[in-house]
Amino acid sequence: MTRQPGRPDPDALLARVTAEARREARTRFKIFFGFAPGVGKTYRMLQVARDLEAEGVDVVIGAIETHGRYDTAGLMLGLEMLPRRALPYRGRVLEEFDLDAALARRPRILLLDELAHTNAPGSRHAKRWQDVVELLDAGVEVYTTLNVQHVESLNDVVEQITHVPVRETVPDSILERADEVEIVDVAPEELLQRLREGKVYLPEQAERAREHFFQRGNLLALRELALRRMAERVDSDVLEYRAEHGVDVPWPTAERVLVCVGPAPDSARLVRAARRIAAGLRAPWVAASVQASGRPPLGDEDRERLEAHLRLAESLGAEVARLTGVGVPDAILEFARRRNVTRIVLGKPRHPRWRDRLRGSLLDDIIRGSGDIEVTVLAGGADEDHERVSAVQRAPARGAGYLRALVVIALTTAVARAARALLGVPDVEMLFLLGVMIAALTTGRRASVLAAALAVVSYDFFFVPPPYTLNVSDARYLLTFVMLFGVSVVIGTLTLRLREQQAAAVGRERRTSALYGISRELGAALDDEGVAAVCARAIAEAFDVEVVFLRVRGDGDLSDLAAVPREAALSPSERAVAQWVAAHGQPAGRGTDTLPGEPVICAPVRAWGDVLAVLALRTEGERGLGAEQHTLLEALARQVALALDRVRLAAEARQAALRAKTEELRSGLLSSVSHDLRTPLAAITGAASTLRAEAELDAATRRDLTDAICEEAERLERLVANLLDMTRLDSGTVEPKREWVPLVEVIGGALTRLERRLAGRPVTTTLPDDLPLVSIDPVLLEQLFRNLLENAAKYTPPGSPLDIRAERDGGTLSVDVADRGPGIPSGDEERIFERFHRGAHAGVRGVGLGLPIARAIAQVHGGRLVAANRPGGGAVFRLTLPLPSERPPPAEPAEGSA
Amino acid sequence: MTATGPLVLVVDDEAQVRRFLRAALTSRGYRLLEAETAREAEQLATSHTPDVYLLDLTLPDGDGVDLARRLREWTTAPIVVLSARGREEDKVNALDAGADDYLTKPFGVNELLARLRVALRHAQARPGEPAVIEAGPLRVDLARREVTVDGREVRLTPTEFRLLALLARHAGKVLTHRQILREVWGPNATEAHYVRVHMAELRKKVEADPARPRLLVTEPGVGYRLRDRVEGA
Repeated sequence: MTRQPGRPDPDALLARVTAEARREARTRFKIFFGFAPGVGKTYRMLQVARDLEAEGVDVVIGAIETHGRYDTAGLMLGLEMLPRRALPYRGRVLEEFDLDAALARRPRILLLDELAHTNAPGSRHAKRWQDVVELLDAGVEVYTTLNVQHVESLNDVVEQITHVPVRETVPDSILERADEVEIVDVAPEELLQRLREGKVYLPEQAERAREHFFQRGNLLALRELALRRMAERVDSDVLEYRAEHGVDVPWPTAERVLVCVGPAPDSARLVRAARRIAAGLRAPWVAASVQASGRPPLGDEDRERLEAHLRLAESLGAEVARLTGVGVPDAILEFARRRNVTRIVLGKPRHPRWRDRLRGSLLDDIIRGSGDIEVTVLAGGADEDHERVSAVQRAPARGAGYLRALVVIALTTAVARAARALLGVPDVEMLFLLGVMIAALTTGRRASVLAAALAVVSYDFFFVPPPYTLNVSDARYLLTFVMLFGVSVVIGTLTLRLREQQAAAVGRERRTSALYGISRELGAALDDEGVAAVCARAIAEAFDVEVVFLRVRGDGDLSDLAAVPREAALSPSERAVAQWVAAHGQPAGRGTDTLPGEPVICAPVRAWGDVLAVLALRTEGERGLGAEQHTLLEALARQVALALDRVRLAAEARQAALRAKTEELRSGLLSSVSHDLRTPLAAITGAASTLRAEAELDAATRRDLTDAICEEAERLERLVANLLDMTRLDSGTVEPKREWVPLVEVIGGALTRLERRLAGRPVTTTLPDDLPLVSIDPVLLEQLFRNLLENAAKYTPPGSPLDIRAERDGGTLSVDVADRGPGIPSGDEERIFERFHRGAHAGVRGVGLGLPIARAIAQVHGGRLVAANRPGGGAVFRLTLPLPSERPPPAEPAEGSA
Repeated sequence: MTATGPLVLVVDDEAQVRRFLRAALTSRGYRLLEAETAREAEQLATSHTPDVYLLDLTLPDGDGVDLARRLREWTTAPIVVLSARGREEDKVNALDAGADDYLTKPFGVNELLARLRVALRHAQARPGEPAVIEAGPLRVDLARREVTVDGREVRLTPTEFRLLALLARHAGKVLTHRQILREVWGPNATEAHYVRVHMAELRKKVEADPARPRLLVTEPGVGYRLRDRVEGA
């Protein structure tokens, strides 16, 4: 088959159309990417936007700076612009992109210039790219602009090229997220020409950097960098395309890169370098830090720096691992083997060689132990023994430490003099060693070195002849001095290290016990409120902060479950922070990148990807949380998440058990009721059909049959009434209509109504004269007594007496209904209140609902109904009701009747 | 037997209930009209002016209480409402709206006939009230404000007497708490427990066993009734 030229293949056309449709369907994020300011990114973005607008697409400008350029401003004419939000800041008013307005306006495409922009203080997010992420998540397409020097992983390379530091960076993950990156390119010569013509705007602070920045060499290098970055992206686009279309992509080299990160400032460069290596190899990469057991923990500053490096690595796409182990090299190598790492990236050591001799070298150990893993050593960076500034060493203020060292050595000298004068002790050097150790126990490193020096000087001055001078007559003493000083320093250092390790152990112990304590308490909490109370208390104690525990409801709203102190509450703006955290599952507030201006720190409590609750911590003043506290808070949040989850599961299990019980009850009811309903119906049907069929019945038989019909119908009516009552009481909808009633009226009502059934029985009612009015539902309570009396009539011999007796005992009223029947079989005192339980008496007819109904009525009144056997024979049912403390107004006589 | 007795309008949408009422009432000499809906009932009421109404409270085209209220606007003929157990509020509303008595379904024919008799007697006796009312051992002389039980004089407070006199004038009929409050304590009284407290005192003086009243009986959730015929008395 021949195809005419110019006519496209219909299959290919179709494939292209579907691919485009798919691309249309997902939210588009487009970046206009340039290598320097002035290449025309904004201009190009506006051109594209105008074209789209002309096609009828809903395009809105979120924020664009024209920097007074007419051609750019001209392109903006006719496009809808969102008003800026005015933010007061230190007496000035800053104008900023209004994220909430954009989310409310919800255009199809939003134009936002300068992705790397830092938002004005008071905005929700610290950075504009965070605004973009939120917009994309909300389904708004975003077009934005970006220069190569703002890309996080290239940041330091750019700085090396241009010698101009750039602080505003955008994580590479954002760049990866873009559906389309359009590179806006001009020749460096043309850019320089534009610069000379004044067509390129530079922020004021960059003005002085301009000579450095805009050099032809620099521009060429930047341009290459930008194009290379794009080439990487194109590569990954192709890979993605092939993966999406089922083309089997073998992982190029199955490489995996591990970079060792420490607290040293150089580590950041190491991380970026590792990112470039990994990207070059198209390999996944891991950033690892090691806490060696036995080493003291890092001080706050170091830990924060380390965390910052790990965060940086994470934002560059690394997996982050925090390792612990006996030795740093072993931990790294063990991890590397386990994870099939093919290349370890390390920094060059910067310390002198002798330290390696003393302590061993990380680099050496790793290289020797690496086997077939490649090791890349880069300039500057993961110095395994960066000069630590640990918490212990900083502990006493420097001046006080020196003073203490001075005092200790002075005392030692006094003691040594006394020892030599009084006891004739010849070798006082030992006493000085002891003094240095004591000084090291209570001071820092420098003070202990000072103590060692002072010890030598003091020894020389007071004990080495000639005395009271620093002169030394015998040169051999010089050796003694050196040894005394050396041993003192070693002892001091060792003592210090011991103290550090002890402090670290105490800190770990405290954290562990805090976690253990809270997990035990959380285990005992039965509901969300309990969990919230335990959690809020524990956090308030551990961090010395105000805490509000907010539970995320099903509809996304937050409800305060616990607060410490009790009156602590969030302001509306703080609540907005918590709401944001609930929606995004990321921490926010002070010390974070999101809404850092608010005085609270909000941390999410997450389980299975859902945010269950938000912990809001308010610190005093400007204080934030230390890195270690952040770690502890995260651990606590995980415990709380587990506890909340457990509470939910327990509630579900209870529900299931209840449903099963209800089901069992229902089937029991069905079988019992169907029998009880059918029996009277059978009797009625039989009697009525006999009456209709047999005309020749004598009067007595006729009478007998009609009586049977009436009796059975009455029985049926009682049964149905009981079932209805039980259902009503069961459903929990029965709210007693309480009125102030004399008890005698209720009991009297029941007795009157049962007049015929109780005929021939002596009934004695003993009620104290001063019995107060009771607040009850008279209809329900009369039924309770009627059921008790009917029960007695059923189970006791005709003619046997009944006693009703009421007593008031403090705040409760008790009423006994007692009979002289056979009593309750031992052990059945509770069973008789079960539904469909019937006494073992032959000939007793009933459905077994009378007593359960009576008890349910007692319960809806907040009272109790129990049964017991009576001394002297018979059963007694005791109703106890709480008497309210309030009284009704006294009953007035009728008006005008006095 | 030619039907010359009182004309009863039965309003109930249940055919079986009407059937039973027809049998029970015509055999006792009552004349019968039947309606299934409130609208039909109103038409029959205006065209035939029945002597007594038997009115079900749940009707297909409306509330029986409303029908009772509309009937009461122009007729003094007694209205007896029929209602199921557990709907005490309906009964109270119907009585307050002008109904004279109620019967709880299911009911026996003897109870029905007794209520109809009481209702008709009160309707006929309306112009000149009897000065003396007797119920079992109780005798109330309204003119001389004298009360005796088995011939023995009973001393009552003025409120108790007004309470007893009210129930005696409507002997056999149920009176709601609200009706009693309004009549004895005046239109603004709202405290239902006044009635209960004074009723308890009255029973102590009138009943043989106040814990087992036979004369002044409680209609649970509705009100009180003075029994005009006491069994065994």
